[in-house]
Amino acid sequence: MSQIEQELTNKFPELKIYEHNPKRLYITIPKEKITEISKFLFEVHGLRLSTCTGIDTRDGFEILYHFSDDKTGTYYTLKALVPKDEPKIDSLAPWLPAANWIEREMHELLGIEFVGHPNPAPLLTAEDWPKEKYPLRRDFAPDLTMEDDFQEYKES
Amino acid sequence: MRDLKLWGLKKSPWVFHVAAASCNNCDIEILDVLTPRFDVERFGIVLVGSPRHADALLVTGVLNRKSLPRVLRVYEQTPKPCLVIGVGTCTCSKHMFRASYNTVGPYDKYIPVDVFIPGCPPKPEAIILGVVKALNKL
Amino acid sequence: MRKIVPIGPYHPLQEEPEFFKLIVEGEKVVGLEINIGYNHRGHEFISPKMTYDQIPYLVERICGICSNSHPLAYVMAVEDCAHIQVPERAQYIRTINHELERLHSHLLWVGLAGHFIGYNTIWMWSWRYREPVLDLFEMITGNRNHYAMNKVGGVRHNIKDDQMPIIEKVLLEVETKVNMLTKAVLDDPVLRARLENVGILPKKDAIALGVVGPTARASGIAIDVRKDDPHCAYDKVNFDIVVFEEGDILAKAKIRLLECFESIKIIRQCLRQLPDGEIESRVEEISPGEGIGRTEAPRGEVFHYIRSDGKNTPVRHKIRAPSFMNLPSNEIAVKGYSIADAALCLAAIDPCYCCTERMAAFENNKLKYSGKELIELSIQKTEQLKKRFNRL
Repeated sequence: MSQIEQELTNKFPELKIYEHNPKRLYITIPKEKITEISKFLFEVHGLRLSTCTGIDTRDGFEILYHFSDDKTGTYYTLKALVPKDEPKIDSLAPWLPAANWIEREMHELLGIEFVGHPNPAPLLTAEDWPKEKYPLRRDFAPDLTMEDDFQEYKES
Repeated sequence: MRDLKLWGLKKSPWVFHVAAASCNNCDIEILDVLTPRFDVERFGIVLVGSPRHADALLVTGVLNRKSLPRVLRVYEQTPKPCLVIGVGTCTCSKHMFRASYNTVGPYDKYIPVDVFIPGCPPKPEAIILGVVKALNKL
Repeated sequence: MRKIVPIGPYHPLQEEPEFFKLIVEGEKVVGLEINIGYNHRGHEFISPKMTYDQIPYLVERICGICSNSHPLAYVMAVEDCAHIQVPERAQYIRTINHELERLHSHLLWVGLAGHFIGYNTIWMWSWRYREPVLDLFEMITGNRNHYAMNKVGGVRHNIKDDQMPIIEKVLLEVETKVNMLTKAVLDDPVLRARLENVGILPKKDAIALGVVGPTARASGIAIDVRKDDPHCAYDKVNFDIVVFEEGDILAKAKIRLLECFESIKIIRQCLRQLPDGEIESRVEEISPGEGIGRTEAPRGEVFHYIRSDGKNTPVRHKIRAPSFMNLPSNEIAVKGYSIADAALCLAAIDPCYCCTERMAAFENNKLKYSGKELIELSIQKTEQLKKRFNRL
C-alpha cells in the first residue's frame, strides 16, 4: 500500500478504495467531500489533476477526477456520484485552474452544474447549439436528423 | 471575356487554403507539396494569403457547425469563377464522423466542388494530380 | 537552387470570433481570449457506437501529427482494463514507431517556428529532413501518416530484417542534419534575441494549470510519462529527459531539438535489442472494468479512459489531448509582451497547426491586426534585429 493510500484510509475511513493494479486506484467518495479530498491530494501531496470524466449511468451522473502521481506513475481516480434530478457538485476551478476548461466541457455536454465556477460558458459547441440538448446523455436522440434541425434553425 | 479569364486561370492558379474541422494531416500534406521534393512551381501553383486574390480554394476537413459560417464566408469572398478542390476523404463524404452530432453535410451540399481528392490523407502526388485535373477541366 | 517564394498559409479572418483573440494596448498584449471548438467533431460520442477494434482508426484522426500516440494510449487503456499481455517484440515495435513520430513532429514544429520568425530557410530545411522519416513509415507500415500500427494486443505490421539497415541509415542522416540545425539555431544571435526571455511561463502557474510535455519541462517540472510510468519497452532502454528552468520559448525550442537526439538513441537501442517472437496476442473478449492508458506524445501526456461492461463496444471512452491542458497557459505566457512576439508565444506550446493560424489582435474591441499581419510584424522584428547585429 502506498503512502498516499495509507494516509487516505487514515484520514477518511469511509472511502472505498479499489486497486485494479498497483498503479491504478479507484476511490469512491461522497460528493460533499470533493473539495476537501482534492485539496489534500493537490496541496499536501502535489498530485497533478490530469482530467475529469463524466458518465451518465443508471444511478446518476458519475464524475471521475483523475489525479496523477508523477513521482511513482500512479493514477488516483476519485469517483463522485450526483443524482440525475439535481446534478450539482462543488467546482474545483476557483482554486485549481487545471479544472477550469474540463468542468466547462462537462457542463455543456452532460448538463452537470459546477457550483462556484467563475465562467461556465460553453467551450466546444457552437453558439447556436440548443442549450437544453446534452450530447453525452443517454437520452440524447441521435437519430434526430441534425442537419434538418440545423437548417431550420439557421433559416429562423 | 469569360474565356479570357479562364485562360488566365489556367496559366498559374493562385490557391487559398481553408481548413474546416480537419485533423491537420491533409493540411500538412498540402504544405509538403511546397517543399523542395515535390516542386509545384512548374505548374505555377502559388499559395496566397487572402481569398480575394485566389483562383482556387483548397478545402480540407469535415464541416462542423462552428466552422461552416467561416468556410461559407471565405467562399463568398473569393472572386468567381473559382475552382473548389476538396482534399481528403472528409470533404467527399463525412468520413467516419457522419455519426456525430456536430458535423454537417458534405461540402457539395453548401458550395459547388469541382474536384474531390480522396485519401486519408492523399499523398502529395495525388494532390498535384488532382489540382492539374481541376485545371484541365476548365 | 530553386528559389521558392515563401508565401505561407495565412488565414486572415474578418469579423469572426477568433481562436486566439489578443487584447492589446498600444504595442503590448494585455490579455488573451481563447475560443476553441472549431475542430470539435464528437469523438467521445462516436466511440461507444464502434467496436473495440474499429476505434483505433477513429482516434488516429484526432490529430494528424500525433497520429500514433492516440491509438497507442487507447489500446493500452483496453489492455489495462482486460489484463491483456502484449508480446515483447510488439512492445519494441511500438516504441520504435512512437519515437519516429516524435522525430517528425519536432522537426515539423521547428519548421513552423522558423516560418513565424521569418527564417523560411529553416522551414524548408527541417521539412525536407522530415521526408526520410515519412518514407520510413511508408516502408514499415504502408502509409506516410495515419498508419494504424497499433491494435488491441499488439501491432499490425512487423519490421523485417532487411528493413533494419535502411532505418539505421536514415537515422544517421537525420542525426547529422538535426545536429547542424541545432547549432545553426543556438549560435545565431538574432534567434537568441527573439526567443530568449520571451513568453515565460512561471513554474507556479505551470503546476496550477497542470501543463504537460515540453511546455512543463521548459518551466522546470520534470515529468515525462516514459520515465514516470514506463510502458512498451521504455524501461529496457537508456535515455534522458531534457528539463530547463527558464520557461521561455528558447527553452521550449532547445527541449524539442535535444529530444530528437534522445529519440534516435532509443530507436538504435530498440533495433539492437529487438527480440524474436509474435507481434500480437489473441484477444477473446474485453472483461468488464475500467482502464487507463497514457503515453508521451510529442506535445505531452495523452490520456485515454475506457469503461467496459463485457460487450463489444465501450460504455464510455474519455480522450484528453495534451493541448487541452497546454492551451490555457497561453493566457499567462503571452501577457506583457509585444505584439511582434505574440505569434511566436502562441506557437511555442505546439498546438494543432491550423489553430496557430487563427489569431488576431483587438484594441478597444476593434480589430487592429489580423493573423497574417501578426506574423508579418514578427518577421519585421527579426529584420530589425538582423540589421542591428550586422552593424555591431
